Amino acid sequence: MCIAIPGKIVSLDYPKAKADFNGNLVDVNVGLVDTKLGDYVLVHAGCAIEVMAKDKAMELIELFQELEDIT
Amino acid sequence: MMNIERMIQELKEYEGPELKIMEVCGTHTASIFKSGIRSLISPKLRLISGPGCPVCVTPSSYIDRCIDYAMKDHHVLVTFGDMMKVPGMHGSLSQIKGDGGSVELMYSPLEVTEKARQNPDITYVIAGVGFETTAPSYALTIEEAVREGIRNIRILTALKTVIPALEWICENEDGIGGFLCPGHVSVIIGSAAYGELLHKYNKPFVVAGFEPEHILAAIYDIVRQLRNIKQQDSSVHNLYKNAVRTEGNQKAQKIINHYFEHGDTMWRGLGMIPDSGLYLKREYADYDGGSKGLDQDVQLPRTCRCSDVIIGRANPDECKMFGKTCNPMSPYGPCMVSSEGACGIWYRNIKKGE
Amino acid sequence: MRIDMSHGSGGKASAELMKDIFAKHYSNDILNKMEDAAVLELHGRIACSTDSFVVTPVVFNGGDIGKLSVCGTVNDLLMMGAEPKYMTAAFILEEGLEMSLLDQIVSSMAKTADEAGVKIISGDTKVVEGKGGLYINTTGIGLIPAGREISAGNCSESDVVLLSGNLGDHHACILSARMGIKNDIKSDCACLNRLVNSLLENNIGIKAMRDITRGGLGTVLNEIADASKCGIEMIEDALPVHPEVRGFSDILGLDPLYMGNEGKMIAVVEAEDAEKALALMKQNEDGKDAAIIARVICGKGVVMRTRLGGSRVVDVLYGEGLPRIC
Repeated sequence: MCIAIPGKIVSLDYPKAKADFNGNLVDVNVGLVDTKLGDYVLVHAGCAIEVMAKDKAMELIELFQELEDIT
Repeated sequence: MMNIERMIQELKEYEGPELKIMEVCGTHTASIFKSGIRSLISPKLRLISGPGCPVCVTPSSYIDRCIDYAMKDHHVLVTFGDMMKVPGMHGSLSQIKGDGGSVELMYSPLEVTEKARQNPDITYVIAGVGFETTAPSYALTIEEAVREGIRNIRILTALKTVIPALEWICENEDGIGGFLCPGHVSVIIGSAAYGELLHKYNKPFVVAGFEPEHILAAIYDIVRQLRNIKQQDSSVHNLYKNAVRTEGNQKAQKIINHYFEHGDTMWRGLGMIPDSGLYLKREYADYDGGSKGLDQDVQLPRTCRCSDVIIGRANPDECKMFGKTCNPMSPYGPCMVSSEGACGIWYRNIKKGE
Repeated sequence: MRIDMSHGSGGKASAELMKDIFAKHYSNDILNKMEDAAVLELHGRIACSTDSFVVTPVVFNGGDIGKLSVCGTVNDLLMMGAEPKYMTAAFILEEGLEMSLLDQIVSSMAKTADEAGVKIISGDTKVVEGKGGLYINTTGIGLIPAGREISAGNCSESDVVLLSGNLGDHHACILSARMGIKNDIKSDCACLNRLVNSLLENNIGIKAMRDITRGGLGTVLNEIADASKCGIEMIEDALPVHPEVRGFSDILGLDPLYMGNEGKMIAVVEAEDAEKALALMKQNEDGKDAAIIARVICGKGVVMRTRLGGSRVVDVLYGEGLPRIC
């Protein structure tokens, strides 16, 4: 329903920021998250909607841990 | 320790009764299709694509209003690319662009304030489609316009909220066992938002991210919940903790509630769902492009079965129009309009109605 | 100075435009005769291809519409196994076009044609109302040596499909400029003479070749499968995409499988020649990221073996590849 991908904050002039997506720089509004330089934020339609806590690899390890706990 | 191979193995070997699992979100649908998840799991686990593609559920009178703006002097209609080929009564934005309509593509509505500042004689009308995930971007756009005194921006909203739609599906569904909840809507509304539905309908609601591993994990979780006979009650599980908090993004919720209020809205193929829309509040009416009352929908031929397909009552190929009068080049119902709609995917992946 | 309607009048302004820009850059024995038609002496099987170029912006990272028009034309001839010889160039200019920009584009076109060994032998210029845009139509002519049979319909089971490099570079470059996304993505716009010649000179058993332009790899492979009445199985993990292009397509919800290139090709070769063909491609600057990406199988249509071991159908592109939110 909504494409959103994580980008790294490389410059910050609150609430305006630039996020880097594998070398692509995009203007992002970070007014709805508490973030700082170097954070990975989840961006949808030019708006940061959340700060990502962990990187992809770590995320998957924890996902499987979670499943283990549930089942 | 659980791993991806073991999970796939178990889902492949599933031998229980047929289970229908709805992925509500179009981006989940796309990822399921791209990673070939259907081919990896037992055919007894049926994935049903829900109404979670905002452009496909937009009624035709909304498209017609967008077209009116695109054709109006000194007006430019700004839209996401997805909207371009959605048919209204008299064609799509893509067609109208060919007839000289002013249509520009955007990546973000926030870009439009700059355009409006540079061209004060032109009114920019933003085609404001989306769910809770996109609503904050529109709210921030209005906020900036108000702050900077930019008056030549309008938003034509067709904003929809997911919980009332899920409730509608739960009331009308036909054997859907559990729901794969939309990850990025959940970032905004929080995993707790599904609690009420859980209490009312006692089905598993699992919030998932968009990597194929995330989706498989969520399917696995739902199957486990449904097959766990000892456990009477289903649960809401958040398997996307990296981005989704229990309470969601409260700043985003706050800004949505500051600018928008709930109202009834029309879903193409489903009909009117009470309180499932977001409209600009009266204080911001100056920025509204006349969003209320755009409820007329194309007269879908009686044979169109999109509303059955969306709730899992029919497979796309059970519709008489499928692959014949209704195909990706000239779609009728919402499920074919989007390449990620159930019929669009079915068309490309399974049978072409030949 | 800018182009105005008088430059298309056929009068003095037209003649000056011809002399100051076109004749300055395009000069060869055939064109210089300035007759109503170019006269060519050709013997054997002739390949002929026509194409129009309407890209905006007209100058982009890695090339411009002039270079692009030669690459597109030359590559189409090469894909049939032809040696590109001649091409025509018809320009449609919009009023308001900067003369210096036109000069730059015509010069770039001449340089690219020279490098590709192609003579521009006939041309035309018209001026229309507009906003300073520029469009080019070309026709290319090449000679196919006797005994060379390359066609999309030649493929059969067990043949191997090679891709000459990263997907989506040109499309991502052009769309970045239009969407205002900053990156260093360069168009891959290039003439593939050297790449194709190295395969041909080393006697690789080439069944079919196609350059990957609009519609992307997904569409091209479907065309080949249709023409050869066979199936093609792709391997997702093998598809080369530059990380920057991957990032770009993720932002806008695009799939590199359906994004256009202007300097990439596929070659379908006999299985026993596949490794040798790959090594030859990789020796070439335009093929350094080449990979074996698919094989021809019995059946029909194109399927993809996905990273997790699943499979799915790969169809042609429907509509245009537009930025999406969902």
